[in-house]
Amino acid sequence: MTDYNFKEFMSRPDRLTPGHRMCAGCGATIALRNVLKALEPEDHAVICNATSCMEVSTFTYPYSSWTDSYIHNAFENAAATAGGVEAAYNALKKKGKIDDTFKFIAVGGDGGTYDIGFQSLSGAMERNHDMVYVCYDNEAYMNTGIQRSSATPMFADTTTTPAGKVSDGKPQNRKDITEVIAAHHVPYVAQTTFMGNFSDLHKKAQKAIYTKGACFLTILAPCPRGWRYEAENVMDICKAAADTCFWPMYEVEYGEKWTLNYKPKNKLPIEDFLKLQGRFKHLLKPGKEEQVAMLQAEVDRRWEALLKKCEL
Amino acid sequence: MAIRERLSGNEAVATAIRQINPDVMAAFPITPSTEIPQFVSSYVANGLITTEFVPVESEHSAMSATIGASAAGARAMTATSSAGLALMWEELHIASSDRLPVVLALVNRALSGPININADHSDGMGAKDCGWIQLYSEDNQEAYDNMCMAFRISEKVMLPVMVCQDGFITSHAVQNITLNEDQEVKDFVGTYEPEDYLLNAENPMAAGPYSVTQYYMEARRGVAQAMRDSKETIIAVSKEYGEKFGRTYGFFEEYCMDDAEYAIVIMGSAAGAAKDACDKLRAEGKKVGVLKLRVYRPFPAEEIAAALKNVKAIAAMDRAESFSGNSGPMSCELRAALFNAKLTPDVLSMVYGLGGRDITVEDMEKIYGDLMAGNFECKELPYRYVNVRE
Repeated sequence: MTDYNFKEFMSRPDRLTPGHRMCAGCGATIALRNVLKALEPEDHAVICNATSCMEVSTFTYPYSSWTDSYIHNAFENAAATAGGVEAAYNALKKKGKIDDTFKFIAVGGDGGTYDIGFQSLSGAMERNHDMVYVCYDNEAYMNTGIQRSSATPMFADTTTTPAGKVSDGKPQNRKDITEVIAAHHVPYVAQTTFMGNFSDLHKKAQKAIYTKGACFLTILAPCPRGWRYEAENVMDICKAAADTCFWPMYEVEYGEKWTLNYKPKNKLPIEDFLKLQGRFKHLLKPGKEEQVAMLQAEVDRRWEALLKKCEL
Repeated sequence: MAIRERLSGNEAVATAIRQINPDVMAAFPITPSTEIPQFVSSYVANGLITTEFVPVESEHSAMSATIGASAAGARAMTATSSAGLALMWEELHIASSDRLPVVLALVNRALSGPININADHSDGMGAKDCGWIQLYSEDNQEAYDNMCMAFRISEKVMLPVMVCQDGFITSHAVQNITLNEDQEVKDFVGTYEPEDYLLNAENPMAAGPYSVTQYYMEARRGVAQAMRDSKETIIAVSKEYGEKFGRTYGFFEEYCMDDAEYAIVIMGSAAGAAKDACDKLRAEGKKVGVLKLRVYRPFPAEEIAAALKNVKAIAAMDRAESFSGNSGPMSCELRAALFNAKLTPDVLSMVYGLGGRDITVEDMEKIYGDLMAGNFECKELPYRYVNVRE
């Protein structure tokens, strides 16, 4: 593994190539294109993709946007499928049938990761397959039309938790998948999003891909349709997610060593994140101050708990 | 040199797996197939095989990992029963659609509910329309022989193969068996050299596409053709196996069928009781026979009809209920086969042995008796249940 060098990374050819059918301003493709930058050019990969926007839009028969080998199996089993591919690699290496270096990257949205694929993911992490599971987290089931998931934040307007006369959107708080996977005590778990020149994402992807054993990466990857923003605003939203501490950037090694990678100089109020997105529009109307305060309290509570884990 | 042994059906299948030494096996325990992954794990632990055993957290993941391993270029397999197969259902279709030569050792058990751990074919019958070749076994010997042939068939036609045996009755009962030498099995099975696979660095592969309406139907049509064409391969591999090892199998076994006027059509372990009853009645000069199906998928419709062309009355015996309101699944397909061949024997459809319910030689004699007496009477349903409290 070479030391991280931004220019060198960006000069590497794309492994998720143009011509796919994802939306303009979609966080998922930005996430995956940059994760794959972390692969050493001479190494090969097998991408195991859960059913998702990413899958149906990048591998529509007879076209594939991936330069590496790629398998879509089903919605809930990207991790198990990757585990099987890795087992095959070990078997064929042992028998001397292959000598190239392959890396195994499972990819799922939050639906395929937090929810329907959760069991398969937990199993693969516990078995410690030498793989990386990348969750591109857009906080709802976007492929089927913006239904709530366990990654959806409280009060988000989705098609199964619509804001209405007697509803403020999703009634429950979101699951913290990164902490859940950290509790598997796997070698490396991290969460990130798009910030600055992407060095945080690049470094985490590199570490996840080149650390032996099961690694997990959660990337906050906004969805223009579901979050309701203009394509060009995606970076501003991600920065606001980090600056409000709604989406902390951190990593965990072996479930024990917690490191905070970004601490905003001025922690911004949650409204700064909410106001950039249509899915929270109903919250910013007069009379909803209590709900915003509840969201703020939850962000603060989780942030303080994280700082303690990071011994800050 | 053939080896004389005494093994249970599970041990017999595990022995075949040891001799084959597949690259990857992923499995989750479920009664009564649990012993198979246990035996395989012990072979791995003792260095007898080099298989990568993946102890997954569910049967869905077992089939998912098996699919991943097979697509990656490995010879991959799994084992399961009942609810385990049901949990795999989605994946069974994907394995066949991806044209992956995976093998599944199925130890047939009733489906819930109510929950029951004993033998019937409702699991296998529930998976009959998933694009898998299905081989049913009467005893441990057949389970062993079918497993020895499974990868040869699968890798030739690029369809997955299910090797089925009855839970407990076959899987746990210890019977005499003739095993092949390890090296003979390895030579017969050969090495797996896939044309395209994920771990081919020279030529990356993409598997499992999103297929829009323009393409989906062709994919299904391809599986249908492969299933139809697999008949030739199944017979060719079975013939070669017979020449090498002295035990030859076809789509089905015809027992005393040459001049039979009354036949029981059946699959799995209960064929033994039917054969005993047949022997007894033959000794009395009755023209009875048994057609025991080995290959249920592809369904050998023309061949079955030809074998039954001179039969006056048939008992079509299903160890599964399909709730069609008409009869069990095999019986329905048998009737269709006879209709297409313009044959009109009397067919008495029977459902028997659900959840391990015993069926005896005496029951079989009575069934033959009804066929011979022309007693095809059914009451509330247009088919009969054997040994049930109404």
